[in-house]
Amino acid sequence: MNDTPVRASAVIIGAGIVGNSLVYHLARLGWRDLVLVDKGPMPNPGGSTGHASNFIFPIEYSKMMMELTSDSTEQYIELGVFTRSGGIEVARTPERMTELRRRCTQAKSWGIPAEVIPPERVAELVPYLDPSVILGGGYFPTVGVVDSLRAGTLMREQAEQMGALTVLAGTEVTGIETVPGGRRSAVRAVRTSAGEIETSHVVICCGVWSPRVARMAGARLALTPTVHQMISVGPIGLFAGTVGEISYPIVRDVDENMYERQHGGDMEVGSYAHRPIIVSPDEIPSIEEAALSPTELPFTADDFDPQLAKALELMPELLGDEKAGIRYAINGLISMTPDGHPLLGEMPEVAGLWSAAASWIKEGPGCGRAVAEMMSGSVPTVDVHEADAARFWPGQLTVAHVRDRAREAFNKMYGIVHPAEQWESGRPSRLSPFYSRERELGAVFFETAGWERPFWYGSNERLLERYAGRLMPREAEWESRWWSPIINAEHLAMRETCGLIDLSAFAVLDVTGPAALTAMQSIAVAQLDVPAGRVVYTPFLDAEGGFRADLTVMRLGEQWFRVVTGGATGMSDAKWIVDHLPPDAVLTDLSSAWSTLGLWGPRARAVLASVTSDDVSHEGFAFGTCRPIEVGGVMVLASRISYVGELGWELHVPMESGAVLWDLLWEAGQPHALVPVGIGVYGTTGRLEKGYRAFGAELTPEYSIVEAGMARPKVKAAPFLGKEAYLRQRESAPTAVLCTLTVDDPAASGGPLRYMLGGEPILGPDGQCLADAKGRPSYVTSAGSGPSVGKHLLMAYLPPEHARVGNRLAVECMGEPFGVSVAVAGSAPLFDPDNSRIRS
Amino acid sequence: MEIGVCVKRVPMVGGTIVLTPDGQEVDTRMSGFTISPHEECAVEEAVRITERLGGTVSVLTLGPAVAAEQLRDALALGAGRAVLLETDGAGWGPIATAAAIADEVRRRAEAGSGYDLLLLGNEAADTGDYQVGVRVAHLLGWPCVTGIKHIEFTEGGLRAGREYRGVSETFDLSLPAVVTVKEGINLPRYPSLPGRLRAKRAQIEVYPVSPAPEGLRTQGLRVPAATRQQARIIGTGVEAVPALVGLLDELGVLS
Repeated sequence: MNDTPVRASAVIIGAGIVGNSLVYHLARLGWRDLVLVDKGPMPNPGGSTGHASNFIFPIEYSKMMMELTSDSTEQYIELGVFTRSGGIEVARTPERMTELRRRCTQAKSWGIPAEVIPPERVAELVPYLDPSVILGGGYFPTVGVVDSLRAGTLMREQAEQMGALTVLAGTEVTGIETVPGGRRSAVRAVRTSAGEIETSHVVICCGVWSPRVARMAGARLALTPTVHQMISVGPIGLFAGTVGEISYPIVRDVDENMYERQHGGDMEVGSYAHRPIIVSPDEIPSIEEAALSPTELPFTADDFDPQLAKALELMPELLGDEKAGIRYAINGLISMTPDGHPLLGEMPEVAGLWSAAASWIKEGPGCGRAVAEMMSGSVPTVDVHEADAARFWPGQLTVAHVRDRAREAFNKMYGIVHPAEQWESGRPSRLSPFYSRERELGAVFFETAGWERPFWYGSNERLLERYAGRLMPREAEWESRWWSPIINAEHLAMRETCGLIDLSAFAVLDVTGPAALTAMQSIAVAQLDVPAGRVVYTPFLDAEGGFRADLTVMRLGEQWFRVVTGGATGMSDAKWIVDHLPPDAVLTDLSSAWSTLGLWGPRARAVLASVTSDDVSHEGFAFGTCRPIEVGGVMVLASRISYVGELGWELHVPMESGAVLWDLLWEAGQPHALVPVGIGVYGTTGRLEKGYRAFGAELTPEYSIVEAGMARPKVKAAPFLGKEAYLRQRESAPTAVLCTLTVDDPAASGGPLRYMLGGEPILGPDGQCLADAKGRPSYVTSAGSGPSVGKHLLMAYLPPEHARVGNRLAVECMGEPFGVSVAVAGSAPLFDPDNSRIRS
Repeated sequence: MEIGVCVKRVPMVGGTIVLTPDGQEVDTRMSGFTISPHEECAVEEAVRITERLGGTVSVLTLGPAVAAEQLRDALALGAGRAVLLETDGAGWGPIATAAAIADEVRRRAEAGSGYDLLLLGNEAADTGDYQVGVRVAHLLGWPCVTGIKHIEFTEGGLRAGREYRGVSETFDLSLPAVVTVKEGINLPRYPSLPGRLRAKRAQIEVYPVSPAPEGLRTQGLRVPAATRQQARIIGTGVEAVPALVGLLDELGVLS
């Protein structure tokens, strides 16, 4: 037993795969005097790592998760604990076969070996599988299994050997002491059953217990323990001679939400098919109370029984052997979050309190590395902004919300989930003041950060006839899901007359105080030392020059800046700004105080002029400026910018006056054929035609401003985060060029018209996936209709030699190539290239 | 051979037992339920006997409707019939329990397929009264042996063996008889997948029972103070080997 140190540079709580990985990476990055605490014994303290099935499929639905998994796999291989087995997702239905083709196409985009194979080939690889019950499979040859406990032990021991770490096993954390700070409290010490440890950094790597530990410091983590059932059947005669752990590919019976994985002489059968069983972190039994371990709860056979028949159907002889018994069966606890992503980074409530929670085995070492890098002040190797522990708005942190979403997500674990698929539970949560008007207009709502946002309006169905022939209707069922030709009709109507768009989901963040200018200048690429009344569009960069945010800033006064950013990234952006504020500047989140309407289109000025006496002429209200105007009895902050390429304004209005503003504009708009327009236009069709980039799609830490084609002629003199890297990027030719491509012929496959949705690989003349000199594959970053240009539009980063206007390439969709042409290389708009509409 | 095996649904507990706030029951919110290891062996023994000699294993339990879970567990292992003597969930003492089981045994005999042998665990895992087997035998007027770790069949009877204070004891019984067995008599099997599926489909015979007046009543439960055992580290790495060998030798597992 080690003596408890009095002081530590960081206390890491939890010695599962994440905690062990984290101490290793911290030690490697130069940290010393680390303490790793766990209430359980080593090497298996009783958390979810101890009962994991430990297999890794390289394919994921999210690029971030794919990259974390890929990084983790490399680390496991380096540690010598990875055994490659191959893995197959089998299809029992035609829908699944189609999904597997999509999945293999996605894999290709990311450079992951994958192929769709017929049942006979599946049976060759897995001789005990009955090929008559499947239609085929998706074969991923690089799937493998790991020894996660061994990996954790090795990493922990390496940290100890570096002299960086004290391990306190059997030591329970009983409290986290904080001290009040300026904006938020800060970590001071960790209380344990073996004494107090003074420290300014605490990392919660406690898996299913994480919310309980976070609450000790007054913070909340959006995570819930959830049951995943697993049984182990053996001895399996066929596996008797197995050397090592596995000799046959892992089978995911995805249509039944199950997997079958050889484990030595046994077959493990796991299920996500049973009813969602949510457990409170406070109910988890202690090590002493637990019959097995705290995270291996007693098996509830009734929940699993229906799956036995399915497993037996797939592997009748192997699992039907009367001599093979169910030797182990658990209700294993796993961590689930509202969006399925881990919780990584510093928590917004408490300085120095870090989360590395909700990570599974497949991404554990990657998460450990990422958090260690962030704690060391470096840019994480994998872009983990989608896993930012600070990403949730308060309603998303409630136990009710977390449970709702975990319950809903559980049975979708292996589901066929459309990229635009909407959550059903926990809605509505945030309603704009326009909501009742929108409902009356038959709005179809999608959710962002809790906000209900109209994607299109049923009332606009009447426009379909008017724009018939230009709507690019979608024949294929998949692409028609979560979509309507009304979106394209609204787009055309907006370009012809004008549209009213609900933008209430915007996060509105005011930065004020004597140091407000210095603060904003230090994080924004664009010049913000501008006169009050100017609106500036700017990226934020990380230290290595990668995109960290993409937003607009209104200067409202000498010491007053208003940041307007997307709802989905708002909470993360707020924390990023706060993290970089000097003491005499303050951030105030006004997102719930201000709602926004967008009014855009050729007749937008006429509509606005009819309800205000303020000067809204082109000369009187220039593009890129903002100021308060009177609309009836409502004071509105009007900002003349556009994300759809039309003349018009963002009209920011206090939440309580929003409905009044809507009614005034609606009334005034009738003579001008004003149409309500949904986010389908704002977020996709309008911006794609204009070549506007979106954060998270085109703008990621992986690509530079130069590659995104957004470099301005001059760089401001003031220092800003990422400036050195940005200056270096400007000195050399880009390795990739962001291009807008048009699909030549959606009917090219001879089947139904196909419209890509994003993520598809771009193929060169030789039919191979394009990749740039840095090895980054070219894939579709955004896709959507361009109704005004009559083409389906794609954005993709291409190697410079391919980024020539008119260059013919192909995009792979559902396993078929479709010809595409480079329409724009760089940021010039495809529609209205002179921007005459915006500046009219 | 018609064999009845009596089992009892009990909480599955870890090293520390938690009671409900009123101290009347074990807190089972996060624990599962099981039967005692002795009873697992009784089920296994019965299944092995019928596999050898033919006949049926009937598994019996007295308990609430949810105790069907334990019956199905036994059915998955090879029992062919299951009987639930259904209570309203209240705790039953050994006198009433034995009476209800004896009634079921008589009912079975009247139906013309009476038990040749009734197996029980040596004692229940929770109350540890050590009484039900003996009481059932007494009520039925059958011979009874307890603590049995070996059973074989003889001409017209059964030979049962046990170790008692270092002495081997062997008993010859005529059938029908009651035998309570102890863990170690065999190594129980695990349920197979097909077995589990058969168990799921099986019908369970349910007979409601009402408690007879009982001499014993639970007043409340109390968790005795834990005797915390300190682990002893006998060495690390190669240096630990002699100490480890010595320890294993002391335990008598090396020969």
